[in-house]
Amino acid sequence: MLAFLIQRVLQAVFVMVVVALIAFSLFHYVGDPVLNMVGQEATEADRAALRARLGLDQPLPIQFFQFIANAAQFEFGISYRSARPVTDLIVERLPATLELAIISAIFAVVMGIVLGIYTALNRGNWLSNFIMTASLIGVSLPTFLIGVLLIYVFAVELGWLPAFGRGEVIDLGWWNTGLLTRSGLASLILPAITLGLFQLTLIMRLVRAEMLEVLRADYIKFARARGLSKRVVNLRHALKNTLIPVITIIGLQLGTIIAFAIITETVFQWPGVGALFITAVRFVDIPVMAAYLMMIALVFVVINLIVDLLYYAVDPRLRVQGGAK
Amino acid sequence: MSSTPSSDSPRDDGTPAVPVLSVRELRVEFPTRHGTLVALDKVSFDIAPGEILGVVGESGAGKSMTGNAVIQLLEPPGHIAAGEVHLGAQRIDNLDEDAFVPLRGRHIGMIFQDPLTSLNPLFSVGEQLIETIRTHLPMNHKQARERALELLREVGIPAPENRLDAYPHQFSGGMRQRVVIALALAAEPELVIADEPTTALDVSVQAQILALLKRLCAERGTAVMLVTHDMGVIAETADRVAVMYAGRLIEIGPVNAVIREPQHPYTRGLMASIPGIETSRERLYQIEGAMPRLAAIPAGCAFNPRCPHAVERCRSERPELLPTGTSRAACWLHDPDNPVTPVIEEAHADGH
Repeated sequence: MLAFLIQRVLQAVFVMVVVALIAFSLFHYVGDPVLNMVGQEATEADRAALRARLGLDQPLPIQFFQFIANAAQFEFGISYRSARPVTDLIVERLPATLELAIISAIFAVVMGIVLGIYTALNRGNWLSNFIMTASLIGVSLPTFLIGVLLIYVFAVELGWLPAFGRGEVIDLGWWNTGLLTRSGLASLILPAITLGLFQLTLIMRLVRAEMLEVLRADYIKFARARGLSKRVVNLRHALKNTLIPVITIIGLQLGTIIAFAIITETVFQWPGVGALFITAVRFVDIPVMAAYLMMIALVFVVINLIVDLLYYAVDPRLRVQGGAK
Repeated sequence: MSSTPSSDSPRDDGTPAVPVLSVRELRVEFPTRHGTLVALDKVSFDIAPGEILGVVGESGAGKSMTGNAVIQLLEPPGHIAAGEVHLGAQRIDNLDEDAFVPLRGRHIGMIFQDPLTSLNPLFSVGEQLIETIRTHLPMNHKQARERALELLREVGIPAPENRLDAYPHQFSGGMRQRVVIALALAAEPELVIADEPTTALDVSVQAQILALLKRLCAERGTAVMLVTHDMGVIAETADRVAVMYAGRLIEIGPVNAVIREPQHPYTRGLMASIPGIETSRERLYQIEGAMPRLAAIPAGCAFNPRCPHAVERCRSERPELLPTGTSRAACWLHDPDNPVTPVIEEAHADGH
């Protein structure tokens, strides 16, 4: 178990170093930030001073080493545009993105699994046919279009929910949350649905397919032959086996939810890191872009690690040495 | 051992035995796009308490189908279209799923062919046993655990207290089949349907498993429907044999009679085609042709196109099971009023 954990952590570190290299190389291939930052009248001396202040005059390997050392301490330098530490900018906006991502992930996972089970167990009745057809729309419509449609129906026409922003936010000191106010919750609904819909349909279809596969297995027939009730057979024996492959996909999709929050945040003018990234791209604000890249990579790596450990917890066949003793 | 006295059929009380299982004119149909397939047609037999009935036949003859129909685990769209199934005094073929669930495991147990896939890989053997026991018997977790240990001991698993929390993948095939037997017998059902219980096992393990099954069922007075295509298994284990062909029961009788004096031409062919150790032959006997597909079962006797004795009547009129010796066979050769004269094999071979 410990060896397995160490191996996975080392792999994760390796991935992060490679991503850091890519993030670092951004600094040297995406234009010259100094030109963007200084005014028209700046002298060569001003530019050199700024270059020195940003550490851009050092040799490349030293710059890279410095970059990694800083990144390990969540230190990504100073934003070219707002002249504030990048970490501060991200930490300020991270709660908005995480709340959105977590709520839409819960929405997608819960609804996806419930609908997946329902459509698998009630194959062919009109409601599951309807759900399956509707899910095609979820899979095929692009996120921004879903967002715009939702805004049109629920904000513009019906006027039930706000069309943009995060509503009223309560500052808890280390975290600002929209989950404790009415307007904050109302503002969360449309973006969360927009962001989660694709994942919902994906999870639902996956759960359904896996469940149908598992229900054909011999051990399900034997479980029925042993006289276990339908509920126990379906929700205990079949569901646990169904969830093994589903866990992987859900893990990967959670990362995607955070990464693709960019589009939803743009559509709903959600003040999260995705919107920060879009602004950074527009102004070639490389430290912010690099930090965002590292953050997303970290999210994926951590989630993958958790998924591996979950596998281990769910499937006794992977616990080879542990269980045999 | 079980404390519920309710539906225990007469086992050792000496009265004429009411059969544990009584199947009458059972018909199973599979509706398909190309018409309805008749998978079982007018199958009738009884199994007495404590009796082991072997059911043999080629693949697709309907052996497993009969077992699945009795315990109502037919793959949809297959369904019982006609006939009756009685378990003791209770008619069970017309029960709906909710009413049938309490019978499974408690009154009818089932053992499947492949012990490697019969157990859920994600639950320990103990969890699966305890869950089954608690479904059927009024026990708390601790009592059920004791009972599970006792069952594992009975099926010959060494050091069961160490194995209870092990997962199926940590057992060998033979050991897993022992666990499957323990699960099937956990609530002491009156009838066990064993569907090819040893086919997936090594030959050396097969005999052990059969002996175990036979012993446990004899101790409990459990009736067994043993489905297999292995005549060796039947000869060793069964009291009576039912031979199936194309979804029909064509011969049934005591195991010695059917093996030594088979009455139906198909059974004769089947017995002649078994390789024996003491009787070495140049070539194995084989029955010409193949069993018809369900979509193309001929009129009259299903075996008539392959039968050396077939006459006009065999092609139009289906024979019922007719008594002959100690067995019954569905063949016009045994019609007491108007028997068909058998053709002598050599003459048949020369004549055509």
